[in-house]
Amino acid sequence: MRNPLSDTIVTIKPSGIRKFFDIVSEMPDAISLGVGEPDFDTPWHIRDEGIYSLEKGRTFYTSNAGLKELRQEICNYIYRRQKVSYEPLKEVIITVGGSEAIDIAIRAMCDPGDEVLIPQPSYVSYEPCAILAGAKPVIIPLKPENEFRLTAEELLEHITDKTKILVLPFPNNPTGAIMEKEDLEKIAKVIIEKDIFVLSDEIYSELTYKGEHVSIISIPGMKERTIMINGFSKAYAMTGWRLGYACGPEVVIKQMTKIHQFCIMCAPTTSQYAAVEALRNGDDDVVEMRTAYNERRRYLMHTFREMGLPCFEPFGAFYVFPDIRKFGMTSDEFATRFLREEKVAVVPGTAFGDSGEGFLRISYAYSLEDLKVAIGRLRHFVEKLNEEAQK
Amino acid sequence: MREELLRIIEKNSRIDIKELAIILGAQEIDVINELQRLEDEGIICGYHTMIDWDKIDVEKVTAMIEVRVTPQRGQGFDNIAERIYKYPEVNSVYLISGGFDLMVTLEGKSLREVSSFVSNKLSTLDSVLSTATHFILKKYKDHGVILSKKEEDTREKITP
Repeated sequence: MRNPLSDTIVTIKPSGIRKFFDIVSEMPDAISLGVGEPDFDTPWHIRDEGIYSLEKGRTFYTSNAGLKELRQEICNYIYRRQKVSYEPLKEVIITVGGSEAIDIAIRAMCDPGDEVLIPQPSYVSYEPCAILAGAKPVIIPLKPENEFRLTAEELLEHITDKTKILVLPFPNNPTGAIMEKEDLEKIAKVIIEKDIFVLSDEIYSELTYKGEHVSIISIPGMKERTIMINGFSKAYAMTGWRLGYACGPEVVIKQMTKIHQFCIMCAPTTSQYAAVEALRNGDDDVVEMRTAYNERRRYLMHTFREMGLPCFEPFGAFYVFPDIRKFGMTSDEFATRFLREEKVAVVPGTAFGDSGEGFLRISYAYSLEDLKVAIGRLRHFVEKLNEEAQK
Repeated sequence: MREELLRIIEKNSRIDIKELAIILGAQEIDVINELQRLEDEGIICGYHTMIDWDKIDVEKVTAMIEVRVTPQRGQGFDNIAERIYKYPEVNSVYLISGGFDLMVTLEGKSLREVSSFVSNKLSTLDSVLSTATHFILKKYKDHGVILSKKEEDTREKITP
């Protein structure tokens, strides 16, 4: 029989998280600091709106690009936050999570051979999406000494005449790093000068703990060359609803909608109705959740300092990214031993790119009570490693 | 920090000062001073424990009583409310808008004890016109806490 598979897909490595997932599934008593989704339930009024839409029989497809009402609310929201206006019927598409938006944006913009710049450590899907689009992923390794922000110099070093898109994943999963206005201005200058585009993944934008999140679209000249991706999963604790969106220049959104139309048809209707409610009446929920995350973030930073675990202070998302290089183990070895010996799952930094080596992703999407138990075990493990080192 | 501090201790008044300072990102001494001020100003009125009495073998009956009263000249409802809240068995007294005037909650050891309070003490007060007593059969949620059911974390243990 002939080989049924495509060479392209076979050569793509499975996500580095998979291996840990498999070990953890064999350990039912293990506790986890490894999730990438909020611990809160979707606020009740949002769920209620979803239920109500089902009761009313709103169970049909929406238009390909999504409910007009929702696109309008998204534009209102972006204007509230960034003072940037989008045209709801031309410059917005509702997608199945931010993930779909990443995929179709790259597919709509890249021809074979085009280069996509991907700063790492970052979310696991940019690289495979670029490969599947026939583009060439070019990795920019971010540095701990810059607190994992992207600098203009690093960007310049990796630009060639084939470069088409820069992926800008901030606030960042897994590092928790953010980019502030001054950082973005420097990046924007290079982008405009070199005439490339930006795919700005801002799914964690509401979870910023140092001032307000600044989007690169708010920098003059950048709205025209940016596809801005966001969604409902992180801000409103709606991961399972699978709802995201992209805003960008009409020409790009139009082609993205074409791909979306053939592959997806439209995002889930129930989720779209619920999302309208989230944008209209969900601001207080976001504040409440952000306050809770921030308390946990401070707690973790404090306990890391106490146990002598180096970690830069992250101001975004719900992850901390401690530095374990001094223990002389790889991230993978550390995480595996920690799981076996203390029964706590964390994700090695290398799951998010080679430049995550020497770091761990610890999620604080857990109650303070759960965090205390897990961090108690981390403290115990670190003490054990320190003792071993002295022998 | 005031509002955030109040929100935290409203849910968990036993949290220790050190931890409170850490999660608020404040100095311990500032937290201590702020708590003292909140107590002095009567904003923090007490520290209670939430107990699900149904889970142990102690007989306890909670009732909510709607009370209609005649307001008094110059005093409104305050005098009669005071007469009622002075009884130690009374847990809370609220002035309510709508079909009746005061909502009184009280706890007793038995139905008989509660009824005797209502018939002998409450309804015999001069200004009380009528009462309607509702016994609580089951508490599902109290002070924002869902009783009896512990929610499990159903998330996948590792996700990107």
